[in-house]
Amino acid sequence: MSAGFISRGFRGRRRGPDRQLPPGQYLEDGFPVLSAGPTPRTPLEAWDFAVVGEVDEPKRWTWEEFKQLPSEEITRDIHCVTKWSKLGTRWEGVSVDTLLEGVETAAEYVTAYCDGDYTTNLPLEEVTGGKAWVAYAYEGEPLEPVHGGPARLLVPHLYFWKSAKWVRGLRLMASDIPGFWESLGYHNYGDPWREQRYWGD
Amino acid sequence: MQLYRTLWRLADVVEVVPETPRTKSLVLEVPGWEGHKAGQHVDVRLTAEDGYQAQRSYSIASAPEDDRLVLTVERLEDGEVSPYLTEVLMAGDQLELRGPIGGYFTWEAREGGPLFLIGGGSGVVPLMAMLRHRAAVGSDVPTRLLYASRSYEEIIYRRELEHLAARDGSLAVIHTLTRSRPASWRGYQRRIDAAMLAEVAWSPDEGPLAFVCGPTPLVEAVGAALVGLGHDAARVKTERFGATGG
Amino acid sequence: MDARRLDGNAAAGPLREVFAFEVTSAAYTCEGCGKTDRMGAAMVYEVRGLGTIVRCPSCDHALIRLAYSRGRHWLDLRGIRHLQVEEVAR
Repeated sequence: MSAGFISRGFRGRRRGPDRQLPPGQYLEDGFPVLSAGPTPRTPLEAWDFAVVGEVDEPKRWTWEEFKQLPSEEITRDIHCVTKWSKLGTRWEGVSVDTLLEGVETAAEYVTAYCDGDYTTNLPLEEVTGGKAWVAYAYEGEPLEPVHGGPARLLVPHLYFWKSAKWVRGLRLMASDIPGFWESLGYHNYGDPWREQRYWGD
Repeated sequence: MQLYRTLWRLADVVEVVPETPRTKSLVLEVPGWEGHKAGQHVDVRLTAEDGYQAQRSYSIASAPEDDRLVLTVERLEDGEVSPYLTEVLMAGDQLELRGPIGGYFTWEAREGGPLFLIGGGSGVVPLMAMLRHRAAVGSDVPTRLLYASRSYEEIIYRRELEHLAARDGSLAVIHTLTRSRPASWRGYQRRIDAAMLAEVAWSPDEGPLAFVCGPTPLVEAVGAALVGLGHDAARVKTERFGATGG
Repeated sequence: MDARRLDGNAAAGPLREVFAFEVTSAAYTCEGCGKTDRMGAAMVYEVRGLGTIVRCPSCDHALIRLAYSRGRHWLDLRGIRHLQVEEVAR
């Protein structure tokens, strides 16, 4: 009926196409906040991070202990499935490789779980080998709650919904269980360069 | 096989009418419009040539009794849809919309009152639909509108509200100007708070129906204050416009 | 209080595409806390471009999760223990 209708003169907030960006993305100056629920406000004294699930021995760190783990500065492009991209974003955090050091597991998948009810699922090999971090600072400042603070998962090579905000742990899984958005039609894997936005792409 | 038909349809823009420096009313002809209730809204969708889409909700400003559908849109500084609707869209264009939508934040004169309408900024739009409907059916349900605007120039529908109140003893319109005011201003000059509500509202035992609409912080504060003053939460209906619209 | 959250009527548009009735007038019972209220009073998070999440105002439990992509609506209603819809006189 109104299929094919174009609003005369409407361009939207985007800029022109940029060769550095994955297909369908545009460059964004700001840092949009997309939240599916109230912003959690876990005090640092109550915060901890855990590696649980298909592991011989679960691991757990308090905030103090977590901040003492070796950390890195990470500068990466990030791509949101809602089509905005930011180039060269600067983070500081602990590599997931560090968190999984010494962990014995036969699991092939991991679910990141968070304050609130957000989860996201990934193959274990997508968060290892220097591809993922748990980040607690953005552009030199402690990560703000609206952007996922105290800490969020950072997996920049996949669409940014996989970089789970308010992350509290990684559950290693024998089977792949779709997370919050993956169970609502979003792609299970989410590679921006192959434009894997939705299930079936 | 499609199991359902999409609800989106095309409206013709008949006129774009400036209301205040930041707001305009869009007068629309919607083929096959089945009518609406005061308080309902429509979803508006814009599509660029490359298929990019942006969508927002806008309250219906017109009464169900009016010939044409009217939306009143406030242009937001960093908005994506509102600048298009207030600066680019013109008579002769088409606009894709879906609606009417909403079964919760609505009022019909036969529901009675007293009616207490509280609006902030463009939150007055669905309340105006209620007042226009009330006038169209000749209702004398006792009604008060408490309306917060940033300044005198930004009072949407100012003249129309004056006319409605002037000729109708059962309607009172109370303004408060929150950021700036003319030197001669004698009315309220602060954000709506519990003290103001205590002065303006009916007492809870008169059982008013309250409709609160505007930015989320205003709506939450007013809703809480009304309940704090003893009003039945079930008779306080709210419509939050979020931190911003778009 | 989250300044971005909206009322149930904000979800009415997307939900109207899927249901034959006006959802905001229906009454839900929350699976999380057992409270019953009208959908219009629930809290809506419009995650722009991703989906619509409707939460219980008492306990924040996700009542309805809704997304749309590639011509298909995805709907998760597990957060609603039951929904009561009154018949509308015609």
